[in-house]
Amino acid sequence: MTAELVSGQNHALPGNRLEIRVSAGTPVVAAVTLGDEQGRVTGDDGRFAHPGEPNLPGVEVPRQAAADHRLAVDLGAVPEAVHRVHVLLALPAGIHPGGPHPGGPPSFGAAPAPRVEVTTPEGAGIAGFTVSGLTTETALLAVELYRRQGGWKIRAVGQGYAGGLPALLLDQGLPDPAGTALAVRTAVAREQSRAVGVDYHHPGRRTAAAGTADEVPGTFPSEPSPERPSAADSAVRPAAPAGAPEGPPVPVAGDAPGWSMEERLYNQVWGMFEDLARSVAAYRSAADFAQARYDQELDRLLADPRTRGGPAAEAARDQAEIRQIALVDQARAVLDRDLAQLTAEAEVVEPALPPAFAGWENPAWHAYQVPTEPPFAVRLGTLCLPEAPELRIPLLARLPLERGLWIDSAENRGLAVDTAVALAARLLAAHPVGAFALHVLDPAGSAATATAPLYAGGALTLPAPAAGSAGIGDVLTRLTERVDLVQMALRSDAADALPPGFDTAEQLLIVNEFPYGFDDRAITQLRYLADEGPAAGVHLMLVADREDAAAYGPLLGPMFGALLRLTPLPSEHLSDPWVGHAWTYEPALVPAGSQVLPHVLRQLADARPAYGS
Amino acid sequence: MTVNMTKGQKISLSKADGGSLTAVRMGLGWQAAPRRGLFGSRTREIDLDASAVLFADKNPVDVVFFRHLTSDDGSVRHTGDNLVGGAGQGGDDESILVDLQRVPVHIDQIVFTVNSFTGQTFSEVQNAFCRLVDETNGQELARYTLTGGGSYTAQIMAKVQRGAGGWTMTAIGTPANGRTFQDLIPAIVPAL
Repeated sequence: MTAELVSGQNHALPGNRLEIRVSAGTPVVAAVTLGDEQGRVTGDDGRFAHPGEPNLPGVEVPRQAAADHRLAVDLGAVPEAVHRVHVLLALPAGIHPGGPHPGGPPSFGAAPAPRVEVTTPEGAGIAGFTVSGLTTETALLAVELYRRQGGWKIRAVGQGYAGGLPALLLDQGLPDPAGTALAVRTAVAREQSRAVGVDYHHPGRRTAAAGTADEVPGTFPSEPSPERPSAADSAVRPAAPAGAPEGPPVPVAGDAPGWSMEERLYNQVWGMFEDLARSVAAYRSAADFAQARYDQELDRLLADPRTRGGPAAEAARDQAEIRQIALVDQARAVLDRDLAQLTAEAEVVEPALPPAFAGWENPAWHAYQVPTEPPFAVRLGTLCLPEAPELRIPLLARLPLERGLWIDSAENRGLAVDTAVALAARLLAAHPVGAFALHVLDPAGSAATATAPLYAGGALTLPAPAAGSAGIGDVLTRLTERVDLVQMALRSDAADALPPGFDTAEQLLIVNEFPYGFDDRAITQLRYLADEGPAAGVHLMLVADREDAAAYGPLLGPMFGALLRLTPLPSEHLSDPWVGHAWTYEPALVPAGSQVLPHVLRQLADARPAYGS
Repeated sequence: MTVNMTKGQKISLSKADGGSLTAVRMGLGWQAAPRRGLFGSRTREIDLDASAVLFADKNPVDVVFFRHLTSDDGSVRHTGDNLVGGAGQGGDDESILVDLQRVPVHIDQIVFTVNSFTGQTFSEVQNAFCRLVDETNGQELARYTLTGGGSYTAQIMAKVQRGAGGWTMTAIGTPANGRTFQDLIPAIVPAL
C-alpha cells in the first residue's frame, strides 16, 4: 500500500529495483542526478541522466518531454560513490529560461501539481508524493533516494527553482549548468520534431495529436520547437504589440498605394493574396524537396547491400528522417511566421472594408448607406489554402466586371440561386441609385422565392419579365440592342449621341436554369452578350449546371470558359495568377437568419425617390 | 567600398557591423550597339538577359528570367527585360532583386547568369559588367567586368550561397554558350 508523503518526510524502500512514475498533467522533462554523500553531483561524466543521455548505470530516463513518465531505477547498479539519487522535473519553459518560449505553461504555478509515485517493477505502490504550493518555479527537485544503513530510503523534497533547470543544476554542483541545460533542450527538441514532424502537412490535426500547442485564437497552432530561428517564435503570438521595437511592422488597414481608401484596401487585399500564395509556394517547395531528398537517401541506402540492413542502416535511416523533418519544420516555422503576420493584417483589414468588399456578416452592412460613387470592386467570396484554412482572403473583383459570372448549380441548385441573389443584391447595393439595373430571367419560375427579396422592397425598378420564352426573347433583344447601340457610339466616338432617355446604368442579366426555355436564337443572343456585353456595360450571371446544356455539345464551351465560375459550396477550382495553387473558393452568402439583405434593399428603395428615379 | 572581383573570389555578405545583408540586387549593364546607317531601326541591337537560378542541394528549383519575373516564393524578382542596353556608363540595365530573408529554407544557392539573347559574343559587347548592390542603402558590394570575355554568348557570373554564418557571394565567371538559361544548366552544375 502506498505511503502518502509530505514534503521532508522519508520512507524506507523495500528493494533496489524500482519504478518511478511521474504524472504532471503537462509535458515535463524528467531527469536524474547522482550525488555523493553531501548530495553534490561531482564533475565526473555519467552523473546526470537526461533526455540527451538517457542511460546511466542503474538509471534510465525517457528521451522526451511528456505528461507521464516511467523511470526505471536499479539502486543495486548505481556506482558505490553515489549516495543520493535525485529525481528532477522541468517544464519545457524551464529547460532554457530566457531562450525562445517553446509553449506549454510558463511555470508550475500554471500547471497541475506534479505527482511522483515509487512502485516495485510489478507496479505495487510504495510511496507517493504530490508537489503542491508551486508558483513561479519551472524546474523541480521532486524526490531523493538516499543510502541509509546499507539500504535505501526515499525523501519527499519538492524544492522548486524559478531559475529553471540551469539554477537547479547549479545548486547541485554540476559544472556548466547552462551548457548542460542546452544539451537537454536540444535533445528534447529533436525528439519532439521526430514525434510530431510527420503530421506537418495537416496543421489542424497536428494540434490534436500533440496536444500542447498554444491555442491563440486567430493564429495558427505552432509546435513548441526551440530549434527554430527566434524570428519564427513570434509566430505563436498574435499581432506584435504596438510600438514593439523589433519584429514585423504592425499591420494597418489601407497600407497600400491607391488614389482612394477603397483602392488602397483593394490593393492591400490583393497584396495579401499574393503574399499568401508565395509563402505557401515556398513552404510546399521546401516540403517537396525534403521528401524527395529523403526518398533519394533511402533509395541509396537500399541500393547498396552493405547499407541495407543492420544498426548502421537503421541509424542512417533515422538520420535521413531527422533531416527531412528538420527541414519541413524549419519551412513550417517560416510559414507560420508569415501566416501570423497575414492573420494579424487580415484582422485589421476585414473590419475596415467598405460594404462592397465586406462579407455579409460584417457590421459594415448594418451601417449601410446608399453610396454616391460607383464601387471600385466587389467581393465575390473568400479564398483559402489547406495550409491555412483559417486565413480567408476576400476575393475582390474590379468593377465593371470584365467577364461574366457562372454560378455552377450542379451541386446544389437552391444554394446556387441564393448565391446569385446575394451577389446581385450586393452589386445593386454597392452602386448609387440608378447606376445599376438588374434583369432576372427565370423561365421555369424555380427561383421565384429566392429572388422575391429583390422585388419585394421595390429596390428593382424593372418589372419581372414575362414568364417563358417570350420574356427571354424580350429581355435579350433589348440588351442586344443596347450593346449594339453603345458599340456604335463608341466606334464613332460619339458617346453623347446616344438616344435621349438611354439608360446608362450597368446592366446585370441573371439567367436561372440556363438553358431551360432558350431557343437557338436566344442562345446566339446570349453568346453575343457574353462576348460583347462587358465592354458595353451588360454583364451576365448564369446559374447553370453544365450538364443541362450537354445537348449543345461543345458549342457552349467557349461561353462557359469565358465566364468566371463560382460555386455555391466550397470548392477548389480557382487558381491564383502568380503560382497557380488551387484555392478553395467560398461564396459570400448571407448568414442564415440574418435580416441584413432586406434591410439593405429597403434602404436602397427608400433612397430611390429622393433621386427622382 | 567596392570589391573588384576576380574569377573564383569569394566575399562574405555579412556587414562590417556583424549584421547580415537582408536584400541584395544583382545589376547587369552593357552599352547599346552604336546606331548605324540611315535607318537606326536596323541597328543590330544587343539583348543581354540576366537570370537567376535557385538551387536546393544542386537541384534547380526555380528560375527567374525575363519570362518568369518573380520566383514562386516571391524572394527573387527581376525588374524587367531590357532589349537594347544602356549608355554603358555603369548604370544597371537589368536588375534582379534578392530578398535574402525570404529565400525559402531549402534554397542554398542562387546562381546568376548572363546570356546574349541576340547572339553577339561578349567580345562584341562594350562595357558590360555585373555588380552586387546592398539594396537597403545602394552601396556597391562587388563588381565584375564581363567584357574581354571572348567569343562566348553566356557567362555564369556569380552565386550567392547560404552557409552557417550567413550568405556569401562567389564570383564564378565561367564562360558558356547559350541563348537562355536552359542552355546553361550543364555549365552551372560544376560551379555549385
